Amino acid sequence: MTNLLAARLQMAMSLGFHIIFAAIGIALPLMMCVAEACWLRTGDPIYRTLAKRWAKGAAILFAVGAVSGTVLSFELGLLWPTFMKFAGPIIGLGFGLEGFAFFTEAIFLGVYLYAWDRIPPPAHWAAGAIVAASGALSGVLVVSVNGWMNTPTGFTLIDGVATDINPPAALMNPAFVSEALHMTLAAYAATGLLVAGVHALMLRKDRENPFHRRALGIALAVGGVASVLQPMSGHYAAQVVAETQPPKLAAMEGQFQTERRAPLRIGGLPDAKARTTSYALEIPAGLSILAYNDPDAEVRGLDAFPADEQPPVAVVHLAFQVMVACGMAMMAVSLWAVVSWWRTKRLPTGRAFLAAVALASPLGMIAIEAGWTVTEVGRQPWIIQGVMRTTEAVTTVPGLWWSFAAYTALYAGLGVVVVMLLLHQFRSSPRADAPAGEARRWTS
Amino acid sequence: MDFLTSMTPAGGVAAAMLVALIAYALLGGADYGAGVWDLLARGPRAEAQRELIAHAIGPVWEANHVWLIVVVVLLFTSFPEAFTVVMTTLHVPLSLMLIGVVLRGSAFTFRSYDATELARRRWNRVFSIPSVVTPVLLGAVIGAIATGEPGRVAEAGGPVPLFSTWLRPFPIAVGLFALNIFAYVAAVYLTLETDDPALRDDFRRKALISAATLGAVAWAVHLLAKDSAPLVYEGLDRASWGAPLRYATGAMAVAAIVALALRWFAMARLAAAAQVALILWGAAAAQYPYLVPPHLDLTRGAAPAIVHKLMLIALGLGSLILVPSLVYLFRVFKGHTFRAGRRDEDESVRPTPA
Ligand code: HDD
Ligand code: HEM
Ligand code: HEM
Repeated sequence: MTNLLAARLQMAMSLGFHIIFAAIGIALPLMMCVAEACWLRTGDPIYRTLAKRWAKGAAILFAVGAVSGTVLSFELGLLWPTFMKFAGPIIGLGFGLEGFAFFTEAIFLGVYLYAWDRIPPPAHWAAGAIVAASGALSGVLVVSVNGWMNTPTGFTLIDGVATDINPPAALMNPAFVSEALHMTLAAYAATGLLVAGVHALMLRKDRENPFHRRALGIALAVGGVASVLQPMSGHYAAQVVAETQPPKLAAMEGQFQTERRAPLRIGGLPDAKARTTSYALEIPAGLSILAYNDPDAEVRGLDAFPADEQPPVAVVHLAFQVMVACGMAMMAVSLWAVVSWWRTKRLPTGRAFLAAVALASPLGMIAIEAGWTVTEVGRQPWIIQGVMRTTEAVTTVPGLWWSFAAYTALYAGLGVVVVMLLLHQFRSSPRADAPAGEARRWTS
Repeated sequence: MDFLTSMTPAGGVAAAMLVALIAYALLGGADYGAGVWDLLARGPRAEAQRELIAHAIGPVWEANHVWLIVVVVLLFTSFPEAFTVVMTTLHVPLSLMLIGVVLRGSAFTFRSYDATELARRRWNRVFSIPSVVTPVLLGAVIGAIATGEPGRVAEAGGPVPLFSTWLRPFPIAVGLFALNIFAYVAAVYLTLETDDPALRDDFRRKALISAATLGAVAWAVHLLAKDSAPLVYEGLDRASWGAPLRYATGAMAVAAIVALALRWFAMARLAAAAQVALILWGAAAAQYPYLVPPHLDLTRGAAPAIVHKLMLIALGLGSLILVPSLVYLFRVFKGHTFRAGRRDEDESVRPTPA
């Protein structure tokens, strides 16, 4: 048991760490490309400086994303050998194609970062576009694997052995589209708002700085559009979960009893012993409508499933509430930007707006962590829904706590260093009131 | 050439894995080796040597290490049981190796972006020390697999030992061999990265020294293999191609040394790369058809043929994108090492990150 716990904690910690860098690795290249495209079109050198500045951040973050991803691909076997023995052939196609996406991403990232003055500007821009596209593609492919763990398809189970293996069918599992869409939007929303928040903070000190204004504009455009779409794609994801993983839905909603006209609970604390969710704001029939588009639909509660097949309710419900709350707040800030841009054709730079953007800045990453907690913990006790239990999958190697402790210390240290290096980058960012010598740095 | 006609889809995937491993040794391996020379940089030109190393590997760094991921993905997809056995019985060296990968991978980038000279120097250490340790562990894993001990432990079931599968003379010797190979190819490549005759001679000397030590370590590995990895040892002797392969490897080694001595650096690079590829090819061929001896070969515990076929298709289609992209990358950043006459104009725009 304790070995299992160590393995889970290590997996959760490694993925929770990697996903931040992965999300940024998907979205930041897009933002760099937009900035560089603006430079190519307008000739305004500030855009070029912006693209270069973001590229510096991307280089630091990408390095950590790449090494933590490398660790993950080994950890699948180091921690979950039985799972991989079963799943490897079925899901390998997704990982294999992902390998090529990584390759193109890494190759053209090298070109993008190091060849500013070596190749013609359109070729340089194209390299960035390839990085952005292959980053998104690699995210989609790896999420297909997670979708397969949630809704396994593409094989027939005979006496615990997978036969009739059909990797393309496994790739196109029922949860694939909803998860891939939701995760890709999440990456743009979270990264866009994260970056927007940084520039908003800078603008509060230095209101007219053209560099940060342009940066805020691009970051908000990318993050804002995604943030407005995200709740819709989340709704779609929830409907897929309702259909394919009813125990997870019940846990997400803190729904203990099976009932018609099930209410939507906002907030609240599920009590697994008393089998009720108290303190929640309940919207009558809300859940039935959201999950099945019908106020009279029956929602299966946790009581519909054997006790040893129920996920931990409290964690899943709270994580889900956190994600939705973050999503709503992010959408509100984005709508604020959209509406005032509509009315004035100008990006708002009032103090209140900048403060709101700065406050919303970390919400996307929090939502991503919470969302993965919903997905992963909500699937428990299964590592492959309905096929293999997490307890069966874990390695027999003793002493996993050492490994967990070592990696946690390593990643904690890396996290601190990354934050320090990024802060250093922000501090050296161009200021509007800087002396002429300084300002020239914008154009270099 | 009967292996070509008799090649099964599983054999095809195994061959692709070998190709990826060789590419990793020749490209990613050289990055490790460069880290070794960074650590060992001494004398009046120490700073210049470090500078040269950083400029040489920066642009290709991220791409070079993806080869390792390709090997891992192909292994767990196509030979899941072999993957499971390796990941279980060699848990400790692999975990330590990954820590090395993380440290050097992040430190390499961090040092370009940190503020002070002192901080940069510290990151340099965090980059170069794991560059020495990690290849030893990587080699030890490969050497341990060749001994058959991990395979036997897994077959027997029971508790998994943490150290006895790999903390032995033969795997460690293979680890040192890997380290030496990487340092050697790195030194050879670096001779082509500079116009400064003194700097080039520094790396030429390092290349010659590491060529000599490589011979010595290879001899030690060979001696140890007789008892520790009999299967591989005999595999090389048994096969009809064993002797020609060894002569070819030896010939390449001699060619590389002669070319270095005569300062034909492009030729030396070609010969050294061929030598390393032949070493790995020979080792793999000697172990053939076993992935994890003495039980797991290309058929036992492998994925169904459909998976192998799909992987081969995916590899084929992927290569259509990958190969031109790689060629482009190396043309942009390594073109100057192939065009002796035109190096000056390239050198004026040394690659530095944005
Ligand atoms: C920026 C991040 C973000 C935001 C604002 C939201 N989500 Fe989310 N959500 C994720 C980021 C995320 C995620 C981390 O990307 C997950 C984890 C697995 C996945 O595919 O996406 C996820 C999973 C996830 C799942 C589980 C999918 C599964 O297990 O298959 C559901 C049902 C929702 N989300 C629903 C929502 C709803 C109704 C939101 C309303 C605002 C919402 N999400 C906002
Ligand atoms: C494609 C992507 C992913 C794959 C293949 C994957 C796979 C796994 C595996 C094999 C486990 C261990 C078994 C289990 O406890 O269910 C696990 C657990 C876990 N993962 Fe994921 N995961 C993915 C994405 C993520 C991400 C991005 C996060 C980010 C936060 C995450 C959070 C967790 C958590 C919290 C657990 C522990 C669950 C528990 O202990 O109940 N996962 N995942
Ligand atoms: C079990 C789960 C996972 C594994 C085994 C894994 C593996 C890897 C590996 C090996 C790399 C390094 C590639 C390189 O060197 O360029 C990487 C990077 C990356 N991963 Fe993951 N990953 C996992 C989860 C995820 C998830 C859930 C996402 C996103 C949705 C994701 C998106 C990315 C992206 C975009 C990169 C590019 C590097 C960066 O931009 O930082 N990965 N991953």
